[in-house]
Amino acid sequence: MGARRLLVLGGIGLILTGMIFGDIFAVFTLHQNAARVGANLAAAAHAAVAGDRDAVLSNFQSVGSLLENRGTKVDTHVHMIDFGYLALLLALVHPWVYLQESAKRKVAWIFLFGGWLLPVGVFLIHYVGLAYSPSKTIGWASIVADFGGLLVLLATAVYLLGLWRYTRQTGSARVADSLLAGRCAAARVLFVGGLALVLLGFLHGAYYAAADLYKHEARDFDLLSQMSAGAAARATTVVDGALSEYGQLQGEKAVNIAAHAHAIEFGLLAILLAFFQPYVGLSEVWKRRWAAVLLLGSLFLPVCVFLEVRYGLVAGGIADIGGLLVIVALIAMWMGIFRYTGALDASSEARAISGESQ
Amino acid sequence: MSRSRRVLIIGGIALAVWGMGYGLQYAVFAEHQALDSIGGSLATGFAAAADGNTAAMAVSLDRYREAKYVYDRQVDAHGHWIGLAMLLIVLGIGFDRVHFSEHSKFLLALALFAGAVTFPLGVLLQTFSHGPLPRAVAIAGSGFLIAALAAIAFGVCRSSTAME
Repeated sequence: MGARRLLVLGGIGLILTGMIFGDIFAVFTLHQNAARVGANLAAAAHAAVAGDRDAVLSNFQSVGSLLENRGTKVDTHVHMIDFGYLALLLALVHPWVYLQESAKRKVAWIFLFGGWLLPVGVFLIHYVGLAYSPSKTIGWASIVADFGGLLVLLATAVYLLGLWRYTRQTGSARVADSLLAGRCAAARVLFVGGLALVLLGFLHGAYYAAADLYKHEARDFDLLSQMSAGAAARATTVVDGALSEYGQLQGEKAVNIAAHAHAIEFGLLAILLAFFQPYVGLSEVWKRRWAAVLLLGSLFLPVCVFLEVRYGLVAGGIADIGGLLVIVALIAMWMGIFRYTGALDASSEARAISGESQ
Repeated sequence: MSRSRRVLIIGGIALAVWGMGYGLQYAVFAEHQALDSIGGSLATGFAAAADGNTAAMAVSLDRYREAKYVYDRQVDAHGHWIGLAMLLIVLGIGFDRVHFSEHSKFLLALALFAGAVTFPLGVLLQTFSHGPLPRAVAIAGSGFLIAALAAIAFGVCRSSTAME
């Protein structure tokens, strides 16, 4: 398998795994984890009201453990998808990378190995902890994850070097490439739809930063201060009021950040997939259908996540369906690419065999 | 490769390498310590509240606020540098679909690249100064990004209309 196809199939594989992992996490873990964090925080605050120092520290230890669990799962999801995107991007710039094909293939393997190693390492951080670790702060899982990150970094740097060599050696030579030249209807829809999603995500992010971000940060601190001051004064009602508002605030922050990030990530994915449409071995009608499904899911998920604070689980459920639509469309395109590249492999093998027989 | 594409693709990959390098050194040397500091100061603050020691409580909560403020921005800078780098690369690859002159496209590419560098930089600078300058840098960066992206979207729509 050539370096480019390796990156394309490996990249989409990473994206798919990251998305499925994210969906499973959102449905089965995220909300339950948030509820347990809230319950432990409330228990810590009530223990402070009762003057029980040990119970406060023990509950905060549980909060820390739950947040680590949540944080490492989110990081696994995000890094897997982002490395998948980067793999697709490196596959796209392939014609401009001035390296030998065998070198490109080795670098692609290193990239994909690192791209898997980092998220798997991050996923294991919560379970491995500091067992047998040579360091007091970083465990073996973190070390493995960091090594994976280093491999991805080095592989990307080699691609950058190849691009730089291309600009030095060939000047303004044009590259003829079927992927870059493809202009079918599905590709156009995905490109324009993706741009619109990225712009929507940018505008929402800018609005959130201007209108709410600093207010949310200040409220976060104020509520924690109210909670602890209420506990010091043994005023349970003050603590309970602050706890309830604090939970609501965390929800508001989470949905805004998730809506912003998902709109941009799905927009980027749609633009990327626009380039790979010539590689999707499906009829034009089906390519258009899967493009529409992908864009629909890409719009549903961030919009419904954003509406989760107001409409609760109904919006959350529709958001999960949106995520599922993206995954299904992506699987369909991945299979189309697999069919197409499989046909290419078969024809090149047939050519090689007929060459040998002559 | 045209000048505008070169800015976006080579600039984008360089920015991705920079963002990953920053993330790697942060993960190895700072992240675990930062998380320990956030959790530790919050727990100490509530333990002080349990003891009725409001002065120690206030000091711990202030430490929590500062540690959380810095951590959020350091992680944001890493994420935004890489995310924007990928956007630069993908737009660079598809820049022939933008229906403007090469000169205009070069200016758009420069604006995008400048925004992609300065927006996370402004966010990161807020960890050193809480004054208005870092915020101004971040706002200017995001302004460049949104304006350039809107112009590119317009350029793409123009070309697709022309094709039909």
